[in-house]
Amino acid sequence: MSSTPQATAPNTPPARSARLKIDVGQLLIELLVPLLAIFTALVIGAIIIVATGASVVSAYSGLFRGALGTPAAIANTLVEATPYIFAGLAVALGFKCGLFNIGAEGQLAMGAFSAAVVGAAFENLPMIIHLPLAILAGFAGGAIWGGIAGFLRARTGAHEVITTIMLNYVAIRLTDYLIKGPFKDPAASAPRTRFISPNAQLPYLFGEDYRLHAGFIIAIVVAFFIWWLLNKTTIGFEIRTVGANPDAAQYAGISITRNFILAMALSGGLAGLAGGATVLGLEHNLKASFSAGYGFDSIAIALLAQSNPIGIIPAAIFWGALRNGAGLMQLESGISINLINIVQALVIVFVAADQIVRWMYRIKAKRSGQAVFTRGWGG
Amino acid sequence: MTPVLEVRNITKRFPGVLANDDVSFTLEPGEIHAFLGENGAGKSTLMNILYGLYAPDQGQILVRGKEVTIHGPNDAIHLGLGMVHQHFMLVPTLTVAENVTLGTEITRGMLLDAKQANIRIRELSQQYGLEVPPDALVQDLPVGVQQRAEIIKALYRGAEFLILDEPTAVLTPQEADDLFVVIEALRKQGKSIIFISHKLREVLAIADRITVLRRGKVVGTVLPQTSTESSLASMMVGRDVILTVPKGPANLREEVLRIDHLRVLDDRKALVVDNLSLSVRAGEVLGIAGVQGNGQTELVEAITGLRPLAAGHVELLGKNLTSASPRAIIEAGTAHVPEDRHRHGLVLSYTIADNLVLSTYYLEPYAHGLVTDEAAIIERAESLVEEFDVRTSSATAIASTLSGGNQQKVVIAREFSRPIKLLIAAQPTRGIDVGSIEFIHRGIIRQRDEGVAVLLVSAELDEILALADRIAVMFKGKIIATIPAEEATREGIGLLMAGITTEQSNEAMKQ
Repeated sequence: MSSTPQATAPNTPPARSARLKIDVGQLLIELLVPLLAIFTALVIGAIIIVATGASVVSAYSGLFRGALGTPAAIANTLVEATPYIFAGLAVALGFKCGLFNIGAEGQLAMGAFSAAVVGAAFENLPMIIHLPLAILAGFAGGAIWGGIAGFLRARTGAHEVITTIMLNYVAIRLTDYLIKGPFKDPAASAPRTRFISPNAQLPYLFGEDYRLHAGFIIAIVVAFFIWWLLNKTTIGFEIRTVGANPDAAQYAGISITRNFILAMALSGGLAGLAGGATVLGLEHNLKASFSAGYGFDSIAIALLAQSNPIGIIPAAIFWGALRNGAGLMQLESGISINLINIVQALVIVFVAADQIVRWMYRIKAKRSGQAVFTRGWGG
Repeated sequence: MTPVLEVRNITKRFPGVLANDDVSFTLEPGEIHAFLGENGAGKSTLMNILYGLYAPDQGQILVRGKEVTIHGPNDAIHLGLGMVHQHFMLVPTLTVAENVTLGTEITRGMLLDAKQANIRIRELSQQYGLEVPPDALVQDLPVGVQQRAEIIKALYRGAEFLILDEPTAVLTPQEADDLFVVIEALRKQGKSIIFISHKLREVLAIADRITVLRRGKVVGTVLPQTSTESSLASMMVGRDVILTVPKGPANLREEVLRIDHLRVLDDRKALVVDNLSLSVRAGEVLGIAGVQGNGQTELVEAITGLRPLAAGHVELLGKNLTSASPRAIIEAGTAHVPEDRHRHGLVLSYTIADNLVLSTYYLEPYAHGLVTDEAAIIERAESLVEEFDVRTSSATAIASTLSGGNQQKVVIAREFSRPIKLLIAAQPTRGIDVGSIEFIHRGIIRQRDEGVAVLLVSAELDEILALADRIAVMFKGKIIATIPAEEATREGIGLLMAGITTEQSNEAMKQ
């Protein structure tokens, strides 16, 4: 019976080489669409610059030098990228479980606040205890906030898109109130929390001249940890199975409710780390209205990275570079910083609607059944 | 005589697949032309081309000798083509008359002229022996009557030739016989019919000519008088096929599954399993026969923990598993070949290897604590792919790239390779090729012979008759009769499937 090859699918890919090691060809194919999306977005950005009568060369060279031109610029880009890595991971992890976490913004605010409170709570706790405790507080603050949405989804079916948006408002208003009220630093005129203890600060990596702090290293380590968790553990297998096919997961004995709660708590915790790292590494206190759209940019970063935890790192650095380089671009060419928002938006359009990029560059359609980010709004 | 329809050298390519390769055939006036082929042989593609849903890459279509281009269903209808889809295109909340006239309503001013429509429908009913109540809501009608409404709809639109796509798949054997009478009447009145099926017996009984497709190509067009079931099966598969399953007498042992007074609700909260009790013993196959939609799906989901029970008791080897979690039920020794392998059976975006450990990924040797062992998973997968004859380039190929039959073999391999006490197989061979069916049937019998209790749910009566030791017929949520296989006849089971109980069917058989 095995001598008749008739039932073999005609386009089965030769995947044997993928066994246990990274398939370079496959990696290139996966990188192709994001890279072409960035390229196309920059080209359209250039057309817009020309249309406004400015010089493309001076604008983009300003952008580039502002982002990566000097060691200080590079350091600042990485500083900007740090919360993006955490928050991008948060959204990506949600996608892997079939959940669309719009609530990174609120989870980040809760994480920042928890870290700021714990960071300022002790005067003389040794660093080796105080710093991890403060980081953990940042994680916990976000995890509880995300976990609430996960619990509501698992137990009542309330869709996480709705609940996380609502919880964003609650978190932002709540932290605002706490910063202006009970936790306001009495010594300060503007509303902010007390400065955290030096023992709770993330150390600078290259001295005080460069603002780059250890949070960036933690972000990289966490990205690899999340990749490992998702791909090499039974926890990750369950999360991914629930995300890829919840009916099959249930059939195989995997608890959907448990994984929804777990994934939302982990996702919220990662977003909380974004806030915590910024407080502990950069600001050293928490001001009212602290977050500036990290939560929403993180969705963009997760899409750009196609929810690959390792891919989040370059995607977040790219995002940080655009943000960091925008100032010099404006200074040198007179182009509004808003151009960067347009380029960012275009990148997302091209990544999300990857058929456009595939059509423009004549790339063959991907294999069916791959790279499902999330299952839409109804599921 | 000019053929009603002639197809010349049609070729249709999809990325990576040649769906139709130089297909030619003719349909004569008053002819019943059957098309046989496995899933993926190109039958649907060909019919979709005729109905204007796909444009062929090459080839010509001639209607009554004139070449035509069909841009869409409206063109097709205009040319006199009527299509009766396998899944009916009827609006359940409208009456038969409203459905039939939908889109071509007769109006008087702004108002519908229902009377005119009803008269026309009654005329068609009488002319072709298609009994339908024009004023009844479609949702209240049995499937067989709904199908007649579909045929009337096509005739109402002036169809000269009809395509019936797997028309008997949803019918009881008796309803199928009624359909054949209708088809005969249509033929007598000069209509031509394309009859698509994979049921060899039916095709032999009804067709004037049979065209067999395999992998997009016409293998041949044969006459039923000179064909047998096995000759047609060989043409479909491309090699000799053994249609019967070799099977010894059942060696009955202890009771494994016991279900008492089970009640289950469907998604719309309607009672679909109604006070059902059954028991399966080790070493036997209990076949549940019944027309689709009589509660079989919900019964299986309730036993396997996928659907809550409204009432009742489920016991596996004396262990109470009522309302247990799917994992507890699996760990108690249950294997489940689900009805819908794409929905429940597989994660299509996963590799074959990952699908093979879908319910055991957390156990040694596939995981040590929380860390999965990829090497062990792949090693296991490679041996199962070999053992279960899954045709693939690699055990790490993505499941969605496999053919339906090979996907089902992956499910079978996963479920059969665990130490199990109870096997629940729901529609285990639906939509797969004859070669895989043969393999899966033998596998089920081997499990039985090794002392597993098998609960087989199938809408294919042939499958039930071939495999089961006892046959329970399910009708409207109840088991209305349980018969030893040796006493079962196709006709008797067929009557029971239509809800006619034993005494009545005994009388019917005496006549």
